[in-house]
Amino acid sequence: MKPPGRWNWLVPAVSVGGLLPAAVLAADAMRGVLGANPIKQATHQTGQLALILLLLSLACTPLRRLTHWPWPARIRKALGLLAFFYAALHLGIYLLDQDLSLSQMAQDILKRPFVTVGFLALLLLLPLALTSTPRSVARLGFARWTRLHRLVYPAVGLATLHYWWGVKKDHTGPLIVVLGLIALFAVRWLWPDKRKRKT
Amino acid sequence: MAKLPVQREGDEVGADTAQPNLQPATSRPATSRREFLRSATLFTATVAGLGGGLELLTRRPSGAEAAGKSAAPLGRVKRPLGPYDTSEAVTPYEQATTYNNFYEFGLDKSDPAQNAGSLRTRPWTVRIDGEVRKPQTVDMDTLQSWFPLEDRVYRMRCVEGWSMVMPWMGFPLAALIRRLEPTGKAKYVRFTSLHDPAQMPGQRSQVLQWPYTEGLRLDEALHPLTFMALGLDGRALPNQNGAPLRLVVPWKYGFKGIKSIVRITLTSERPVTTWALAAPSEYGFYANVNPAVDHPRWSQATERRIGELSRRQTLPFNGYAEQVAHLYKGLDLRLNF
Repeated sequence: MKPPGRWNWLVPAVSVGGLLPAAVLAADAMRGVLGANPIKQATHQTGQLALILLLLSLACTPLRRLTHWPWPARIRKALGLLAFFYAALHLGIYLLDQDLSLSQMAQDILKRPFVTVGFLALLLLLPLALTSTPRSVARLGFARWTRLHRLVYPAVGLATLHYWWGVKKDHTGPLIVVLGLIALFAVRWLWPDKRKRKT
Repeated sequence: MAKLPVQREGDEVGADTAQPNLQPATSRPATSRREFLRSATLFTATVAGLGGGLELLTRRPSGAEAAGKSAAPLGRVKRPLGPYDTSEAVTPYEQATTYNNFYEFGLDKSDPAQNAGSLRTRPWTVRIDGEVRKPQTVDMDTLQSWFPLEDRVYRMRCVEGWSMVMPWMGFPLAALIRRLEPTGKAKYVRFTSLHDPAQMPGQRSQVLQWPYTEGLRLDEALHPLTFMALGLDGRALPNQNGAPLRLVVPWKYGFKGIKSIVRITLTSERPVTTWALAAPSEYGFYANVNPAVDHPRWSQATERRIGELSRRQTLPFNGYAEQVAHLYKGLDLRLNF
């Protein structure tokens, strides 16, 4: 399913736009303008980016059902991969914050539910990122591939929980994410997929 | 963007009538040029929209100029380190005054430096009451004149896992308490911060119960390390660091160091303290720095000294165990965290 020429610019634009914050973050880090605690700052920003992009990728289907626009479906994969990229970066920077101590990370994952759920969320996204190519769809068969990719729902739930438990006192950010998720699922429920209904 | 998919070549209204010499629908070079420009425009707009939107949502601008940089010098000469001072490298003034937890001015570390300009620190009075023989309301300048100013270079360990070395100026709290003559019933000291949402915009949100209150056991308050700061690095305390008067208890987590104090009350009952009230399972009354007792969400075994690349081991009582551990003999520090 190659997109017609008119849409050639779309996925590259989403990819470049989505990677822009990473480039700015790297530039800020090199200029030393991330503030007094740069690692903490980078950890927070990459985590938030991962969750926002994951939500955007989940918004594609509801948006298509509401509007019948063709473009949301075309950028879903790019958004999902960007979310995985930032989630992996988030873990990498956290590991850097632990002086790259894998044992400290393992302890944190085992002992602290806040870290456990975040790690699980990334773990669930890993097979999705690995099977994001058209060849994987063909190899797995569309039905199995779709079932596998439903892992994104527990992943986004765990990631939201991770964010919720991670903030010190002000739950505004996590609350916005929860409300966004509720809205997305409400749209899915109120505007069911008609194609699926017929078969 | 919504209209674009339904637009078709040749649909352009007005193009033919306005410029009849151009035939857009059939002339191939013109169409492909327009097609290219159209794609380029949409590409740029999408990159800017998505990238800019993500930046707007997640990037925290830093490097707020320290509001206290122009603070008046307190006219003191640096003296050699005293018995309570650490010889560790002092945290740069720029970082110590732009990376602050002071929720009265916002939740981000950079918020206090940006927003604390609205705090008026003169005239300022401190009410002193409770179990004292000389209850009174004293003007800040008068209070300051009661004691000779001392320098104290202390480690400061935040409960969030980072630390600084701060060159405070001020006077020991013990000197103030002795002057007030506590009664026999005094067992604790309660401190209260200013509560004025007009000056402290963060108080308009109910993220904590205002005013911020903190407390110490009387023996902790009388310990020679316990300090009332009104200056930093030879200058008047910047607003974002707790001007005009703040508490410094170097063996406890930073949130015990209540800022912008307007009231000091000696009590017979243990005071309710703000963070212990907000999250009792995470923050206790004692809040002694203790690498063996983790925060539920992170380890307290190590800390990041601001400006350093790798983490440091956190020391019991923040390295002041020799001076203060005896205060807690027989107390289970796991339960009384």
